[in-house]
Amino acid sequence: MPTSLPPSSFSLSGSLIRERRLALGLRQGEVARQAGISASYLNLIEHNRRRVGPDVLDRLATVLGAEVASLSEGVGGALADDLRAAAAASPSVQAELERIEDFAGRFPGWAAVLAAQHRRVGQLEQAVGALNDRLTHDPYLSASLHEVLSALSSVRSTAAILADTEDIDPDWRARFHRNLHEDSERLAVGAEALVAYLDGSDAAEEAGIASPQEVMEAWLADRGWHLAELEDGGLPGLQAEVAGLASAAARSLAAAFLAQAAVEARALPLAHLAEEWEQDADPARIASLAGVSVLSVLRRVALMPESRAGLVVCDASGTLLFRKPVEGFALPRFGATCPLWPLFSALARPMTPILACVETAGRAPRLFRTLAICEARLPQGFAGPQLREAAMLILPEVGPRPASSVQPLGPSCRICPRSHCPARREPSILTESA
Amino acid sequence: MTPRVLLIEDEPNITEAIRFILSRDGCEVVTLADGLGAVQAVRKDVPDLLILDLMLPGVSGLDILVQLCADPETALLPVLMLTAKGQGRDREAAERAGANHFMTKPFSNDDMRAAVRALTGR
Repeated sequence: MPTSLPPSSFSLSGSLIRERRLALGLRQGEVARQAGISASYLNLIEHNRRRVGPDVLDRLATVLGAEVASLSEGVGGALADDLRAAAAASPSVQAELERIEDFAGRFPGWAAVLAAQHRRVGQLEQAVGALNDRLTHDPYLSASLHEVLSALSSVRSTAAILADTEDIDPDWRARFHRNLHEDSERLAVGAEALVAYLDGSDAAEEAGIASPQEVMEAWLADRGWHLAELEDGGLPGLQAEVAGLASAAARSLAAAFLAQAAVEARALPLAHLAEEWEQDADPARIASLAGVSVLSVLRRVALMPESRAGLVVCDASGTLLFRKPVEGFALPRFGATCPLWPLFSALARPMTPILACVETAGRAPRLFRTLAICEARLPQGFAGPQLREAAMLILPEVGPRPASSVQPLGPSCRICPRSHCPARREPSILTESA
Repeated sequence: MTPRVLLIEDEPNITEAIRFILSRDGCEVVTLADGLGAVQAVRKDVPDLLILDLMLPGVSGLDILVQLCADPETALLPVLMLTAKGQGRDREAAERAGANHFMTKPFSNDDMRAAVRALTGR
């Protein structure tokens, strides 16, 4: 039996309804008749020229044997977020934000192209930023460039002296020839080292993946977010894979992640975790049983085979250190996230479990159950700094809407439609256009 | 009167080239290979022009410049800074600290001669 969703979810479902009808081989007139509407009205709905109301959508879902959600969520999520972000990136262009779903529904191919282009531009901008940072802060690159420029400077001046000075003393001439030879050798060695260095670290940027974190996450995504070898002692094979990642920074990050995951896999074997999680999905209870930290359990759950759970981890600055995405819960690639994420409530209160039901923003809001906790450690003892790490497991809410309070949140202020949000940092392009 | 130029540069071949160019252009060129003792050397015998490499071993060219500009005895000394591309922020700091002229490596000998002539009032 279809379940009702809020009216805002029914802004556009035409393409999905049409797709479902055609897949079932049903005629438009027949479906319209069974749903109690006219064929011409259904035609308008299917071409996204009329918004379908909740009652009609319920009836159409029944006729088509589908869940309401499956007919109403197609143009939400990542595509809509990407299109909004694309509009935000071009503030001088007045994009029709209120018609994003109309656009994506009528021209899904072009919408996907636009979203892909926007993501690519974002990746390239990030790559440019990373290269700029590297030029400014990388000591090896800075020293190498200085070496090359110094040699070049000497060659240029010396060569000009030899070319322009007709009455040069033979001793000086010999000295300058020797200097030229030395500097040309330095120049060759320095340039070669520089090229080798840049060649070795640019593969990730060429692939469109700019940051070391993204390289590592892409590697995990390719493996389906599960490292099966860890469960049976196959660590060396994984280490070999990590050694093949594009940049030294990504290899370092992934190696550290792998080492931690190996320790956690030994402490909490998969079979035991799966059995306990099935019995009662309470990470704190499982952590207590296994004698491991709650944070370890959250990581293990997120990396279980076929796990539908998303996971975000941040440090004390709020910087996201790890992102495993989950359908319907946007994790911004760039910029700051929504401050209302329970992750940050946990960050402020170490060792306090934060269990929440949250609702994402947008035309197709989704409910998720989040479990967040922050743990503190003192790697340098009492005299050293306290380091905090918070994690939030994101589980799709499959049951009915909870009676308890639901926390509204969004992806990032810039593309969040909650105009009166008390936590808003900056205006949203969605409300700007309203 | 022969202008006296103090050149502080750690690359010996650049030092030789600049010394040759400026000597033939009528300058007396004294050289130092690092930043250690540079401030004392200037205070002991203030030159007519200081040519200072920004990136020096020991004490950076920027540190030397800041110390000289803070001292009334040397604050008005003309300073030509040698910089390399990619040192934009250091260059801005040197400009704020009081450097009179910048020359980016690799420079042309004609530009070097012209800058030195201008800074020594010739």
